[in-house]
Order: sequence, then C-alpha cells, then structure tokens
Amino acid sequence: MNKLMGWKELPPCDQLGAKTAEAFETGDWRLGEKPVWHPEICIQCLICWISCPDSAVNVKDSKMTGFDYKHCKGCGICAYECPVKPNKAITMEKESSFVRLRRTSEDK
Amino acid sequence: MATAAKTGNEAMAEAMRQINPDVVAAYPITPATEVVMIFAQFVADGLVDTEYIPVESEHSAMSACVGAATTGARVMTGTSSQGLALMYEILPIASALRLPIIMCEVNRALSAPINIHCDHSDTMAARDFGWLQIFSENAQEAYDNLLQAVRIAEDPRVLLPAMVTTDGFIISHGMEKIEILEDAQVKEYIGEKKAPYSILDVDKPVTIGALDLTDYYFEHKMPVNEAMKASKDIILEVGRDFGKRFGRNYEFFEKYKIDDAEIAIVALGSTCGTAKVAIDQLREQGIKAGMLKIRVFRPFPAEEIAQALSKLKSIAVLDRSDSFNTQGGPVFTEVCSALYNSTSRPKIINYIYGLGGRDINVSQIKGVFSDLLKVEKMPIINYLGVRQ
Repeated sequence: MNKLMGWKELPPCDQLGAKTAEAFETGDWRLGEKPVWHPEICIQCLICWISCPDSAVNVKDSKMTGFDYKHCKGCGICAYECPVKPNKAITMEKESSFVRLRRTSEDK
Repeated sequence: MATAAKTGNEAMAEAMRQINPDVVAAYPITPATEVVMIFAQFVADGLVDTEYIPVESEHSAMSACVGAATTGARVMTGTSSQGLALMYEILPIASALRLPIIMCEVNRALSAPINIHCDHSDTMAARDFGWLQIFSENAQEAYDNLLQAVRIAEDPRVLLPAMVTTDGFIISHGMEKIEILEDAQVKEYIGEKKAPYSILDVDKPVTIGALDLTDYYFEHKMPVNEAMKASKDIILEVGRDFGKRFGRNYEFFEKYKIDDAEIAIVALGSTCGTAKVAIDQLREQGIKAGMLKIRVFRPFPAEEIAQALSKLKSIAVLDRSDSFNTQGGPVFTEVCSALYNSTSRPKIINYIYGLGGRDINVSQIKGVFSDLLKVEKMPIINYLGVRQ
C-alpha cells in the first residue's frame, strides 16, 4: 500500500492533477445496457466522443476505436447522438447478452 | 477622498463598484436586496466590467460564485438571513476549496416567526464554515471592511472566503456621512487578484473538489484552519496599512475607554455606537466603564481578547442571537472560552438582546453597567428587553 500523504504534503487548495478518474474504474456501475460499436458503418464523425460525459469513447489518431467499458456507465447518449442512417453505428444492447463474453475476453 | 451621505447598503454597493469584481451572482433578500440591486444598476449602466449572474436562489448564487472563483475570477455576492441559510450547504465548499469569495452579509433574524429586522442569528449560524467574518458598527466601517476583506481573503497566505456584515436596517438603511475613496485609490489598494490556479487553464488542467473518504478528508480540512490562523497577521497588516493610507486604522477589535475601565461590555455591530454614548455618560458620572467592540469574529482573536479583558473586574457580553444551548449566546461562550486558560479571569455575565430587531437604547446599556456593579447578585445568562 502507498504511504498516505500528510496535510503539509498535499497540493494547496484541494487541487489534484487532471484525469484522476482514469485509475478509478467506475464502469461496474453500468446497469442494463451497454453501447456496441459497429465499425463497418461508422463514419468517424466523433459525435459520440464529444457527447460522452465519461470520456469513455476511445480515440486514437483522431479515429474512434471503441469503448472504454471500465468507465462507460451505459447512459446511451452516444447511441442516441450517432447520426448514421438507417442503422446506427452505435447500438445499446442488453448486458445480459454479454454474460458469457464478460467471463471470458470482454473488457480486456 | 469625497464625503457622501450613504446608507450601509449604498456604501457596500459603492465599494463593490470600486472593487469592480469579475463576477457577481446574487439573489435579492431584504434587507440586503439594495446592495446587489444598486450594483446591478452599475452593471446595466456600464460602470463596471462585471459578469452579473441573476440566479433562481441563494443556493444557486453561492454555487455560481464557487464555480466562477475556480476560474481565478474575483467574485462577490450579497445576502441576508434565510438567503444566507440557503447558502449554508455551499459555504464550507468555498472555504475548503480556498476560494476568496467576498460576501456583503446584512444581519437579519432567522425565521420563524418570519422577521426582516436585525439580529445576528444568521451570521452566527455560519460561524463554523471556514469563512472570515468581519462585523461593522456603521456604514463607514462596512465600506472600509469590504475593501480590506478583498486584500485579506485574496492574500496567498489566506485564500479564504470572507463575509463583511452590517446590521439589517439599522446600518443597511440608515443614512450616514461617510468618506469614499477615489476609484483609483481603491484600484491601487486592492490590486490584481492572483489566483493559484484556474480551471480554464487548458495547459495546466486540475481536478477540484474530488472525493475524499476516510483516508484524506481530514488532511484536506487542516489547511482551512491553518489559513484561519495565518489570517490573523494579515488582518492586522491590512488594517494598519489601511490606517496608514487612509487615516482609519483597524484591528481585531476596538478598545473603547477600556484601558482604565473596571467594568466593560463586549459587543459587536451597530449596538457599539449606542454603547459608546452610554459609556460617555457613565464616565461623566465617574463610573469607569468601557467596551471591547469585536470587529473580527472569525478568526476569533481569543488570546488578544483575553489580554484586553484581563484587568477588568466584571464583564457583560452582549449577544444579538441565542444559541438555545442554555449556556448563553455564541459571543459569550467564545469569550468565556478565551478567558478560561487566562491567568486573570474577571467575572463574566451574558445578555441576549435585540432579537428580531428589538431596539436597544442607551438607558438599557447603562442598566447593564449598573448590573455589573453588583455582578455577584446577577444570574449568568440574562435576557435584555424581552417581556415576560
């Protein structure tokens, strides 16, 4: 366990560095449904990325690469905002349909 | 410097205009309404550069102030009574995040019964939230205290929010002759705000107000108390500097004819003006009466107060609010606590008076002094000016 800092060692004014939630995995709060990305029809508009309140849309070299399920809460804003027609490139699907996957390779 | 006739509210609004804060978020409430109403007119007339945020409640006002202050902005607000009570949830957030927000607080009774007049129950209930609290005897002090509060609160050794109080209607709506500084003098006196961080600085992103559990909450509260302790030197430094520049000196408290006094009262706010008249009259009769007028209630200058009261035979503490703890008002318990570890402990009694704006006059205060002459026969807790 890391040694805890004393009050004299803490940064002033209750400041912390940026992205402190990164190491704190909050995706296990997700209930009901999770977003699923369909890369074959994705137009890479990044509206999902800018809409996500939890920064749970992974982007590399300005391209959407999937979801960070360790932080996604399943709010569904990304799927709602996805402009691709007639089928959306992000759909919300029941968690229960991934039970087997979760036990094996998902979230890796 | 110019002489002007101003009410307490006008004096505070004028100080706000000269301070020219970056953001003001406020909601109207009697008797503080005028402070932000007059200021809103200054905004509408283009006399200040302030972003004025009209909000839907005082809870939102203080929340907006906290948000604005994290950007590094100089932020002010004004409120009273139930409005201050609605801010209570946010007040300790402002202090723990070390945001030097300045509040014009007009003391008014808390409901129920609903009442719009002065007592100190609203401000006293906010005494443990890590805010500096400065009381004013009159409109001049309200003006001077507000300017000093900016310097004190924003000092990098302090960084705590501050409320400057006046007494509802007695000061807020009473017109007095006051000295107003030149705009340029105020600008130079308060200087530019230097915030330790800004949440709008994209090159140095920070997290503010994160969750602390049993592991770090305690450590994050300690600096508030340390800043309170440090503020004592700054309050004196700023008050004396104000005196040097503008001729009106300020300390933690004012000692009125107390150095050779045998009996004295301790009071704060507008009552001190009435008490001075009573003391002058008693002095003419050869009674060695005096007063300690507390100006700074948070931090509480305990050692200095104990020292100032040490040579007296007996003391009456006047509280314009009740703690309902059956042990006297908040000023009384704090003064007693300050004296307990002192080598010299004068006999001390308490008077709770003036609730809901009940008037206190010269003869009542003289009555308190005559009680002090027979202090052995007096109960410890007394209620002044209430019908049985």
